[in-house]
Amino acid sequence: MSETNYLLRLLKDFPLVENHSPWARRVIDFEAWQNIIELLAVSDWDFLGLWAERQPMDAEKFQVHMSLRDAENSTVVVVTLPLDGLSYPAISGARPGAARLERSIADLYGLVALGAEDMRPWLDHGRWPVNHPMAEAEPRDIIPYGYDFLTAESDQALHQIPVGPVHAGIIEPGHFRFHANGEAVVRLEERLGYVHKGIERLMEGREPLEAAKLAGRVSGDSTVAHAIAFARACEAAVGIEAPPRAVWLRAVMAEIERVANHLGDFGAVCNDAAYAIMLSHAMTLKEKVLRASEAAFGHRLMMDRVIPGGVAHDLTKEGLAHLKAMLREVRKGFERLAQLYDDTPSLLDRTVGTGITMASLVHRFGAGGVVARAAGRAIDARKSPGYAPYGELDFDVPIEIDGDVHCRLMIREAEIRESLALIERFADGLPSGQLIRPLPIRAGEGMSLVEGFRGEIMTWVRLDDQGLVARCFPRDPSWFQWPLLEACIEGNIVADFPLCNKSFNCSYSGADL
Amino acid sequence: MTPLLKLLLRALIKGPVTEAAPDKQDVKALADQIDGKAMAKLGRSLVVRAVDAGSCNGCELEIHALCNPLYDIERFGIHFAASPRHADLLLVTGPVARNMAEALRRTYDATPAPKFVVAMGDCAIDGGCFKGGYATLDGVDKVVPVDMRVPGCPPKPNDILKALLALMDKVSGKS
Repeated sequence: MSETNYLLRLLKDFPLVENHSPWARRVIDFEAWQNIIELLAVSDWDFLGLWAERQPMDAEKFQVHMSLRDAENSTVVVVTLPLDGLSYPAISGARPGAARLERSIADLYGLVALGAEDMRPWLDHGRWPVNHPMAEAEPRDIIPYGYDFLTAESDQALHQIPVGPVHAGIIEPGHFRFHANGEAVVRLEERLGYVHKGIERLMEGREPLEAAKLAGRVSGDSTVAHAIAFARACEAAVGIEAPPRAVWLRAVMAEIERVANHLGDFGAVCNDAAYAIMLSHAMTLKEKVLRASEAAFGHRLMMDRVIPGGVAHDLTKEGLAHLKAMLREVRKGFERLAQLYDDTPSLLDRTVGTGITMASLVHRFGAGGVVARAAGRAIDARKSPGYAPYGELDFDVPIEIDGDVHCRLMIREAEIRESLALIERFADGLPSGQLIRPLPIRAGEGMSLVEGFRGEIMTWVRLDDQGLVARCFPRDPSWFQWPLLEACIEGNIVADFPLCNKSFNCSYSGADL
Repeated sequence: MTPLLKLLLRALIKGPVTEAAPDKQDVKALADQIDGKAMAKLGRSLVVRAVDAGSCNGCELEIHALCNPLYDIERFGIHFAASPRHADLLLVTGPVARNMAEALRRTYDATPAPKFVVAMGDCAIDGGCFKGGYATLDGVDKVVPVDMRVPGCPPKPNDILKALLALMDKVSGKS
């Protein structure tokens, strides 16, 4: 009997929660939670997320949820541990990707992960006027915390390089602490949380339509993917599906978003290897994509176009013509860039063998997206568990195995081609009909897994009986990718850090919330 | 012929992709927003330091777009600098996350006078959709003085460009 079945068997005696869709949620006890952690240390189940909330029946008390997926047959399950006190057994010992989520829960709710190795505050820098803003939110004096960075010891002379939060480029803020031995990086540690806006708290009590605006701004570059994830979770919670035309239009927008971001990343990585011509050409193509998005959907980044129940913008004949013209132009233009990349040994010299992520770490951290697929982990939410309309189409999920900067570029290259083809197929096959099906006012819990350009987004929503958002947890793929960046830079030279960082392109805002 | 030569040859034959500058009237209207006291003259150059004070990164995408060859912002003498010590202007995005307030203030302090601040995007103006949260300050002007506001979520590259040109015209005494 495989351990997979063992986990399912362990869970099957615990009660199923009604109104949780589309996957099962079970309320378990302390002992079962601990058993699951033991199983996770050895099993193939993917750890998808960890979040807390007040107990719906007793707002004085809390509960923690963990979502898991069986990698073999894409069974997804949510388990809930109701708490009497303010602590729960830590998962990070078995799945290190959970560590920052545990630290965030401690900051937001004051709940302690027992046995966790790292208990330092994460999102809370001591600069909010309240303690535990998602729980009792007691007022406090603002006294910024110091931060005990991990150390590195050696008989060689090591030095530290502090970088950020304000970086040299036009990028989001965060702090990187390098320990270096001359040029070689011995350790990198990230300190994030600088762009924490309290999105989870702001969503509470809002109508789904209003909260969708926040979901679409968890990470602006993934606005479509996050909005789809939120919309699908809401729709699951109330037991409806968006009309077919809306579902297909969402897919058109999602693939456009993927192409636009991959183009930008492709150029930016090359630019960080001092190959500026690639950035100029790639950004010109990206601009064409953004202008086509504006012509077709009325917004360059397509913000607020996906809403719970459907979409807010139809694709007209003229819009479609714009998209088609863009597809032709970008397809041709991009092949020139791909050839240029292959033909430039000085560029390949920088990307091949640089910033290797090991497949074993990718698995342990449960990372998805480009980072995982470049290191042999064939995971894509569009395929597994899959969602409409992707199930109706045959498409490739590219895989590379070496896990270096070059592989991450190759994955993006293949995905740009695949997505350009998908956009055409979706746009040509658009069903006619309604754009929106209003959400009925009712309570429910819903969850969704959606593949953004970065990777898998998991969103969980609880709607109350007035149809308002009682709790929403949008888990950006960056949560599980940031720690891998720390690992992949080890032994590389400091000058290659921008290259590695850009080849990951994790979202600060997405993980800081 | 190598792919690189092909690309260069195409550029030579087809000419630059860069587009015409924004309409003068639009720029003048924006310039009138700015306080009349012309400070020091910047000449025809403006060095910008972008500071993300908690944005969703949508604004950053559009600032990046400004640097692409179609807008080619450097032809106007506008240049993005790595250090605030080289900057004339801070282009600030985000509602100002409380965790970023001190970093923003220190970036401002490190910028030599005369200096200008542009609050870019709806949330930089008053918190936008993040208004009222425990973790944000609801606007750049809560932390540093703001000279110009560019609304939008995010503002389009041309809107940002017009604002920067207007500011440059104003302080160099052109309008």
